[in-house]
Amino acid sequence: MKIGVIVFPGSNCDRDMYHVLTDVFKLDAEYFWHEKGLPKNIDAVILPGGFSYGDRLRSGAIAAHSPIIKDVKKMAEKGIPILGVCNGFQILVEAGLLPGALLKNTSLNFMCKWTSLIVENNTTPFTNKLKLHQKIPIPIANGEGRYYVDDETLKKLKKKNQIVFRYSEVVNGSSDRIAGVCNEDGNVVGMMPHPERAAESAINPIDNKPSSLIFESLLNTIGVKN
Amino acid sequence: MSLEPQELDDLTSKIGRKPTSTELQIIAAEWSEHCSYKSSKKHLKMLPMKGPLVISEKGYDSGVLDVGDGYVITAHIESHNHPSAVEPYGGAATGVGGVIRDILSAGTRPIAIFDGLRFGNIEKDLQARWLFKNAVTGIADYGNCLGIPTIGGEVEFDECYSNYALVDVAAIGFGKKKNLIKNHAKKGDLVVLLGGSTGRDGIGGSQFASDSLESENRSAVQIPDPFIEKLIIEAILEARNQNLIHAMKDLGGGGLSCAVSETADALSIGIEMDVNKVHTRESDMNPDEIMVSESQERMLIVTNNDKLKKLQEICKKFRIACSVIGHVTSNNMMHVKKGKKTCANLPTDVVANATLLDRPSKKPAYLENIEKEKKLKPILDYSKMMMRFIASPNIASKIWVYGQYDHEVGIRTVVKPGMDSSVLRLDNGKFLAAKIDGNPKHCYVNPREGAIGCFEEACRNVVCTGAKPIGMLDHLQFGNPENPEIFWTFLESLKGLTDFAKYFEIPCVGGKVSLYNETPSGPIKPTPIIGILGLIDKTPLYSQKITTGDCLVIIGDTKNEMGGSEYFEYIHKFIGGKCPVVNFQESKTNMNIVLDLIRKDLLKTVHDCSKGGLAVAVSELCMTYQIGCNVSLEKVPGPKLNVDRILFSESHSRYLLVLEKKNLKKLEELLKKTKASYKMIGVFGGENIQFNQENKHVIDLRVDKAQKTWLNSLRE
Repeated sequence: MKIGVIVFPGSNCDRDMYHVLTDVFKLDAEYFWHEKGLPKNIDAVILPGGFSYGDRLRSGAIAAHSPIIKDVKKMAEKGIPILGVCNGFQILVEAGLLPGALLKNTSLNFMCKWTSLIVENNTTPFTNKLKLHQKIPIPIANGEGRYYVDDETLKKLKKKNQIVFRYSEVVNGSSDRIAGVCNEDGNVVGMMPHPERAAESAINPIDNKPSSLIFESLLNTIGVKN
Repeated sequence: MSLEPQELDDLTSKIGRKPTSTELQIIAAEWSEHCSYKSSKKHLKMLPMKGPLVISEKGYDSGVLDVGDGYVITAHIESHNHPSAVEPYGGAATGVGGVIRDILSAGTRPIAIFDGLRFGNIEKDLQARWLFKNAVTGIADYGNCLGIPTIGGEVEFDECYSNYALVDVAAIGFGKKKNLIKNHAKKGDLVVLLGGSTGRDGIGGSQFASDSLESENRSAVQIPDPFIEKLIIEAILEARNQNLIHAMKDLGGGGLSCAVSETADALSIGIEMDVNKVHTRESDMNPDEIMVSESQERMLIVTNNDKLKKLQEICKKFRIACSVIGHVTSNNMMHVKKGKKTCANLPTDVVANATLLDRPSKKPAYLENIEKEKKLKPILDYSKMMMRFIASPNIASKIWVYGQYDHEVGIRTVVKPGMDSSVLRLDNGKFLAAKIDGNPKHCYVNPREGAIGCFEEACRNVVCTGAKPIGMLDHLQFGNPENPEIFWTFLESLKGLTDFAKYFEIPCVGGKVSLYNETPSGPIKPTPIIGILGLIDKTPLYSQKITTGDCLVIIGDTKNEMGGSEYFEYIHKFIGGKCPVVNFQESKTNMNIVLDLIRKDLLKTVHDCSKGGLAVAVSELCMTYQIGCNVSLEKVPGPKLNVDRILFSESHSRYLLVLEKKNLKKLEELLKKTKASYKMIGVFGGENIQFNQENKHVIDLRVDKAQKTWLNSLRE
């Protein structure tokens, strides 16, 4: 079992994600620089947060054209679990792997705060150990985190159960308070909040168990193969 | 260019000939106040810089402290005042970039940023508001992009900063002791310039910062690029891991002139370099411009021929430029060439060591009658006054500011910003608390006691988390040092800080002096900023929610010390009175007992009592935890005082302790054994913040209403 953590120029949550995967959940993870290919034996891929290419043009826009994204797309087709967090979510959207767009927050400012999510789909590889409508205390940290879809796409998302997380409060003006979505097959998930910042009791002032279940879901999905 | 006539004579006699134009530029940058510390250097030696945890190495731009188990922390503080006053976004952002590279130079990864911001009166001054908003965005955009959490700081407004800004940035790094760069170089080693290209931005920035701000000189302000800085950090740490770096220095004030001459001087070597080899942004830059440009995101590295290829590979991976601009010689000369032509050839010790000055000092006339109080207009309704007070810019919550900074990235922040000080977890199981504090209102009324007060307040803040202060950073910001009265205030502050540091055995691990902070209407108030690093061996105090029935105990006396208080200045528009004075013995006793009580796990939370006095400190607890409190003012320890003094005096060495009732007896037993003065003064519960005297409410506020005002007033 191996999880690939992709590193783009400007990624800055890669080390945090790696720490949580390896030190906290004892998973086997490896960094992959964006210009490298992904080996065939990868069981899951995570695109961490940060400011790939300094958020130039639009957040995620340049990284979506990195060489490694070709392999990520192939893996997405094969049904391999892929998670994009924050900038990783923005990259997946820009790469066309997830629907919608991420716009500037309604406050027009970068926002770093704790909020809570509601689980809307517990059938994805990253949510299958969570209960439907379970609350997850979690921090956000972004400037362009307002998820936007048009009404038609929103209807389709609802119908195909592609809304994975909603905010429990109005945070940044996201369409229908959406905080995370998945593709139609459910194996590609993107979310703006940071589960890797909430999975340890030492840094989570409220409750770290729900965020831990995101990682335990992944473990549950890919199993512990040696 | 700001070389004085006698300095020119001095230079000519030292080198025995007329200097070239490039030499003049180099010297003007390097001998500027900003780079040379010529006014302050002689005096700074009085500060204690050694201690059991301090690691000193030659050529470091940051202080290094051993935190055990093979780990070190590094720390440094910088300011970017002049640039920020002209172009707040770029000035503040590049201020962050500069201090981060100082941390990187030692070979440690930057793990936290702090910023102290000061502006004019934003309630009526639109320009101050503009400066404030853009400086905050500049810091946010830079620090967030780097993925280094901004976990603390302070924001203050005072009319002395009208048309001006103080932007102070401190940073902390963390790493393994064995990975520290031990700066060394030998003949034949290569000198490499790595990172951003050299352009025409920031030309003459150091001289600009060493004059009073009279005109807007935008070309002296550097342009920020946090993306390149992020790539440099990763590239350099990779090069460090492969042992490719012999010596390293950040390019900051004075650009190449400063980095090359100071590296050579610190390592007792010479450097020969060719400006044609420097990668530039524009093709027609002349040697003078290249030598003094302060373009950002550049590092100077000394390596050798065998390691160069690996270093170039790393730079290629991150797509950052890397040019071999020269080599190390043994003749202690800084030799700058353009192709074959010599532009400058100067002894490094001449360049790097300006003649130090002995500036005259004289007690300022304004201090003669400053302690005399005027008759104040009586306050008819303290509740109403209090609502205005908590909405005032200096008292209001700074959530609008720190909410724009990513303070979680790096997943070390175990105690989040908002109260006394943030706490980071370290890889060896210990914790680091850090805080910066300043108080120009106190320092104006009494430069010496005010400076000591800043020092003690920063210590109190880390003590509130259970941390023992282990190191101090000072940043001394004053007006024009050529004015003896201003220089006197500088010396007084420095003496005060020295006394406190020696008494508490807290070494100064880094610092900075920024002079010539003058606005069109005169000098700024003396503004020393103190940063304190505190270490926690086992566990920090994780504040618990305050609930009904919890007790409020105060440690420390409340005295009639109203000079420079927010109450005098904001409510009564009066500058004067007696400034709070720290009693060293009392300070130590109180600090030690608070740390002991935290270790014994008797407290739910501890809060420092400072700006705005007891009334504000108690209200902050109530508003943070959304619970009321009933405080009896007659129980507050100290001399008998009028009610406004008890409420708003800013006396030091005071702590508010919150605990469950069941722990009260044990707490009192422990306190009785010390010399600390203390008293239980209130009980939490209900929905109102109430301060009572003789069973009458002096102040009565609804918590929810107060909280809404407190949280939102800075946003509006």
